[in-house]
Amino acid sequence: MKARATMDKQPTDPHTSESTDRQERAAVNRLVADDVTLGYDQRVIAEKLSVEIPDNSFTVIVGPNACGKSTLLRALSRMLKPSAGRVLLDGNVIQSMPAKKVARTLGLLPQSSIAPDGITVGDLVARGRYPHQGLLRQWSAQDERIVGESMASTGVAELADRYVDELSGGQRQRVWIAMALAQQTPLLLLDEPTTFLDIQHQIDVLDLCADLHEEQGRTLVAVLHDLNHAARYATHLIALRDGEVVAEGAPSDIVTRELVRDTFGMECQIIDDPQTGTPLVVPAARRVREKSAAGAGSAGAGAAGAEGTEAAGASAKAAT
Amino acid sequence: MKAIRTRGGLSFRLDVRTAVVVAVLIVAALVASVVLIGTGDFYIPTADVVRTLLGNGDAGQEFIINDLRLPRVLVGLLVGAALGLGGAIFQSISRNPLGSPDILGLGQGSTAGALIMIVLFQGSAVQVAGGALVGGLVTGFAIYVLAWKRGVHGFRFVLVGIGVSAFVTAVNGYLLTKADIVDAARAVVWMTGSLNGRDWEQVWPLLVLCAILVPLVMTYARPLRMLEMGDDVGYALGVPVERTRIVLMGSAVLLTAAATAAAGPVSFVALTAPQLARRLTRSPGPNLLPAMFMGATLLIVADWASQRAFGADQLPVGVVTGVLGGIYLLWLLVIERKAGRI
Repeated sequence: MKARATMDKQPTDPHTSESTDRQERAAVNRLVADDVTLGYDQRVIAEKLSVEIPDNSFTVIVGPNACGKSTLLRALSRMLKPSAGRVLLDGNVIQSMPAKKVARTLGLLPQSSIAPDGITVGDLVARGRYPHQGLLRQWSAQDERIVGESMASTGVAELADRYVDELSGGQRQRVWIAMALAQQTPLLLLDEPTTFLDIQHQIDVLDLCADLHEEQGRTLVAVLHDLNHAARYATHLIALRDGEVVAEGAPSDIVTRELVRDTFGMECQIIDDPQTGTPLVVPAARRVREKSAAGAGSAGAGAAGAEGTEAAGASAKAAT
Repeated sequence: MKAIRTRGGLSFRLDVRTAVVVAVLIVAALVASVVLIGTGDFYIPTADVVRTLLGNGDAGQEFIINDLRLPRVLVGLLVGAALGLGGAIFQSISRNPLGSPDILGLGQGSTAGALIMIVLFQGSAVQVAGGALVGGLVTGFAIYVLAWKRGVHGFRFVLVGIGVSAFVTAVNGYLLTKADIVDAARAVVWMTGSLNGRDWEQVWPLLVLCAILVPLVMTYARPLRMLEMGDDVGYALGVPVERTRIVLMGSAVLLTAAATAAAGPVSFVALTAPQLARRLTRSPGPNLLPAMFMGATLLIVADWASQRAFGADQLPVGVVTGVLGGIYLLWLLVIERKAGRI
């Protein structure tokens, strides 16, 4: 199996060896996907996939489109039930646990969330307290305090009385993160938290995540598109391709030319990030890539025409 | 928002504006009811109505009020409340104001059930009501099965409902053409939605149903509010997503079907009441209680208006709610279009 072969070469978490007892593994890390098969209806996305989220890590899952990274996150947060295998939270099968109990341990920032019409920031963040509340305990002093703290630590406290519809994309994402924080879970999963944000707000959100990880000691799991962001912020990186783990470990240990080629099918150069010293992926120049593609015998004719449209597409994208 | 906390650790959150709206609507519904009881061929002054309701009236007024007009008004209040609450649940679950029982064809389904009893079996009033109830439940179940695919998407839900509605309307048309003239006249009156001649027989089943379903629905109000942010957020917050939806959908279908069985398909109350209530409370969330009392008030006021304008028992209440609701629907479509949601 390619995935295993690549993994064996890399220094990885010692607990992933297959002989380790399942219960023992669960006792080591709080959130574990154990031999899961994932899919929608008849379409299988991943088969016999095993992943462990190291406690107190900022784990980032990367991979090409449709590699199953969001699907894996959905399974870890029990929104998707594996058709085989199981997801364990603190050693218990996550589906068998009471929903509110899971929600007090495991928070989630989904990709698709709808802000109800006419809701204020304060009210939206307050809804994060739901798993701690009941019919007779709807709004304790503790709830109020934690909602205030969550808004303060995400920098949206001064927006508390504003309507969510009026906010910019970056502010809105902070509000949703504040809601997930108000849940006060030791584990927090984030599904592409930086999508649709401009670069400044992407960094803003990632800095916030790093703060949550470093200062509050939470375990974070995020799906990210940008490999360089992942390499810069993650303490533990999981690279997925076609529903299989290609490699996992600290970014400085595993991000190599081979990994990028195996995972994304792209030639690149890895240099040290001048700011942080973490690996920085620089895609190979188009001519180099085309040459290597030609070497593989699949270069198409009319490359010049393709180039022209590509460039036009890129500038159109940049303009929007 | 005001927090209420007791020493025992109980805590509640009260939206002051919503509470005021609910109180005002209750008062409005009661006042309108008293006025409506006094209205009719035989006018009774408001003071006498109140005295009689409190048990101190004279025998003649007591008969007119307690045996004739009070049950009719109570049916109106209960039907309006059930439609308002059912509509609020539907709109919240489909996350779309058009996801109302009126648009989805639940009324048409009930009509089909009632028409089958009237046209094919010349059934009694009770049998017609039973047919309407079953028709509504079957339609609700059909929409549920057809629209469900890993959660509800508002648009899909509405489109499936419109499809079901079109199909059932065709069946209804066929049944009407088959009917002889007497049955057809009876059917048309039923189809407009009317409170004429409703008595205690209609009050009790509705009252029992509401007494069971309203508290049940209220215990699910908080999970429903969380689901408005999307299924994913619902899961993240620990809401039992599917159970909440099934319990609430079932309750809403039952409420709507029972209301239709009692008064015929009174149109557009389920669509308008939640939207009006929401504009009054200015509060996000399903606004279940305000929608319920708004429905009751709307129906009583509409019935009073139809009686005042055209004389007692002349114009069925469904015509008035239909005219008002139709205008409102158009307005809603224009607004939603501007907001880019349709």
